[in-house]
Amino acid sequence: MPSRSVKIFSGFERFWHWTQMLLIFMLLFTGLRIHGVYGIISFDQAVWLHTWSALFLVALWVFAVFWHLTTGAWRHYLPTTKGLWPVLRFYAWDIFRGKPHPYRKHFWRKHNPLQALTYLGLKLFLFPAIWVSGLLYLTYNYWQDGVSSPWLPWVAVVHVLSAYAIAAFVIIHVYMLTTGGSFRHHVMPMINGYDEVELTPAEEAYLQQDEPGRILGASDHRHSSVERNS
Amino acid sequence: MRIPGNRGFFSVLLVLLGAFSQVPPTFAVPAAKDNPGGGKKLELGISEYTDIGNRGEVDNPVTELDKDKQRKFTTDHTRLKELQGPFSSGPEVTRACLECHNTAGHQFVKNKHWTWSYTNPVTGQKLGKSVLINNFCTNARGNEGMCAQCHAGYNMKDSNYDFTNEENIDCLVCHESTGTYYKTPPTKGNKACSVMFEGKKPIDWVKVAQNVRLPARSNCGTCHFFGGGGDNVKHGDLSSVLFHPPRDVDVHMSEDGENFACIICHVGEGHEWAGSRYNMIAKDEKEHAKPKPGMERETATCESCHGDKPHPFSVKGLKLDDHVDRVACESCHIPAFARGGVATKMDWDWRTAGRLKNGEGYREEGYQQGNGEWRHTYKSIKGSFKYAENVVPEYRWFDGVMEYTTIDTRFDSSRPVEINYFGGDAQDPDSRIWPFKRMHTVQPYDKGNNTLVYMHLWGDDDAAFWGNYDFSKAIEVGMEKNGIPYSGEFGFIDTYSWWPINHMVAPKEQALACDECHAKEGRLKEVKGFYMPGRDAPPWLDVLGLLMVVGSLGGVAGHGLLRFLLARRKN
Repeated sequence: MPSRSVKIFSGFERFWHWTQMLLIFMLLFTGLRIHGVYGIISFDQAVWLHTWSALFLVALWVFAVFWHLTTGAWRHYLPTTKGLWPVLRFYAWDIFRGKPHPYRKHFWRKHNPLQALTYLGLKLFLFPAIWVSGLLYLTYNYWQDGVSSPWLPWVAVVHVLSAYAIAAFVIIHVYMLTTGGSFRHHVMPMINGYDEVELTPAEEAYLQQDEPGRILGASDHRHSSVERNS
Repeated sequence: MRIPGNRGFFSVLLVLLGAFSQVPPTFAVPAAKDNPGGGKKLELGISEYTDIGNRGEVDNPVTELDKDKQRKFTTDHTRLKELQGPFSSGPEVTRACLECHNTAGHQFVKNKHWTWSYTNPVTGQKLGKSVLINNFCTNARGNEGMCAQCHAGYNMKDSNYDFTNEENIDCLVCHESTGTYYKTPPTKGNKACSVMFEGKKPIDWVKVAQNVRLPARSNCGTCHFFGGGGDNVKHGDLSSVLFHPPRDVDVHMSEDGENFACIICHVGEGHEWAGSRYNMIAKDEKEHAKPKPGMERETATCESCHGDKPHPFSVKGLKLDDHVDRVACESCHIPAFARGGVATKMDWDWRTAGRLKNGEGYREEGYQQGNGEWRHTYKSIKGSFKYAENVVPEYRWFDGVMEYTTIDTRFDSSRPVEINYFGGDAQDPDSRIWPFKRMHTVQPYDKGNNTLVYMHLWGDDDAAFWGNYDFSKAIEVGMEKNGIPYSGEFGFIDTYSWWPINHMVAPKEQALACDECHAKEGRLKEVKGFYMPGRDAPPWLDVLGLLMVVGSLGGVAGHGLLRFLLARRKN
């Protein structure tokens, strides 16, 4: 199959990614303040920033969910075990031996199986966990029934633990940008939208016919052929 | 005045003065509030309660609602023929008042300013000055000859008072507006106390009778700002500063703020007022909590004006409103008590009372408060005291029900005695977190019976403590004349009393910052039973979280390092 430089991250997707990144950093920063880790900013400044960042993130997510459903982009995250083992073996073993990444991006599978599984877990469990616990935390007075609820500490625990897990994800996510290709080559697709993907003849024909702007020339191999796996 | 920078200037002045008047130079150290050895002025004799009252101009509280800042009366009392006199005593004036206000007397004789008695409807306990023992001067009972200086009646000389005689009601103390009316103790007491009655200008009864109005701060404050034996001694949030408070001390009472008189909040009709400390509303969420314009108010709570959603409609305001059901308004909006330059008494030790110089009682100045005045830290008649200003309150769950250790309560003398105590719990929806002043005292008790004691403090006999300085006699007589069994042996015991803080509400920009409580070492450190962000989190939570973060960092660092080393070896 030919490898072509195709716009695989739409404008909205890139906007969503980077806005989400900023908001997550803001939420981590202010959340740790509320949790009592440091005191550079005041508690009420932190709460204000945290609440507004969270509300913006919720709004962004509503748009993102809508976008996933209407564009069919949700299919990128369908879990599969097909090809999962070689990817796992690559990170655990082959990478140290200088072997190339086993996965090739496809037009409708722009994430490798491990990536897809990770993002699916993030979207189905971790993000909802921090969302739901955060909204429960924010609105505790509407459900705690007049007295101090014994559930509130658990809401807080779930919220803080999810936050730590997201921090761990961010660390690994950023590190992964350095594997199987240069950091810059992994970041660029999320900036300009274009990446090397393998196209079926049908996909190539479709893109050339109907969305010529999404596909660059066949000779335009600007990136290394190594798969990106951030 | 209240400009802090001036204190330095004053201290320089004091040093200069000190050099010429043999005042020890330590007098001038401005930061040294407790200044033992320095600045002590000795005064012989007993001179108590002579300096109470409003020393400034008499206020004319007119709220912002009265646009032209004038009170509008429908009766000019100066023109009433009944008030043309001559009068030679208080009861004569009262008789004239009651001729027109012919139900006022029936109303007032039921009020606790007159009866000094109150039965708590929740606990059934009989309270009031006529029976209670506090941890200041201890008991008014039996010492009415002195303490009834603050009874809203005439001639209460002892515990046998005719509470039906309406002519003895003191209308003037609450309604007089010239500031020239005053009260002295009903009896003379020991000869050492005579100074208290000297140098008083006679009262012009006709003038004071003709100049009456609704009670102003200068009326209420004359007694209530001086409870416990001096300016702000007792409550901590009620001091002479409130006669003319700057806006940052009391946003409601300041002339630069709302210029409220006490009765704007302590609403009442028929000589009964809302807002007694004996029976408080810890959480006012009845119809008062949703006030509408013009709606009748019948409680003295913050909510009765501000409602239970007092903060602005915004993300922050909604979050602040979330606190209202569990945190009293006072907890955040009174950042400290005893503000504005007048200190409150925090600690009292009766054990040192009775020391004499040349056979005479004396008092000693030892604390210079914010407004520059010196306070007595020792009095032969009372013992030793400690003062404090800008005090951070104690915070506790409070359900509004106050119970008291009374004269007939037998207690465990191995533990401090709580003069008053209260319920309240995070699991009780009617409790809220309230600020308190906590007063500590070491005071006499009946060692044999484990009860508090009534002391005979005031009198011209040889047993009254004030003048004779003999605890043994004073307690014996104090117990005997009230028919209380006494073992004959007294000791001293630690006591605490709790004073809810309600006054000295600061402007909103000076309300407590969130971090004051939402912190591990914050103001609510000791208040239990609920989860608070910034304070509470199980220790394992952060251990687990750190494991995740440090684990990922370590993992990627190890992974990266291994890649780097193996790649180098290959090359």
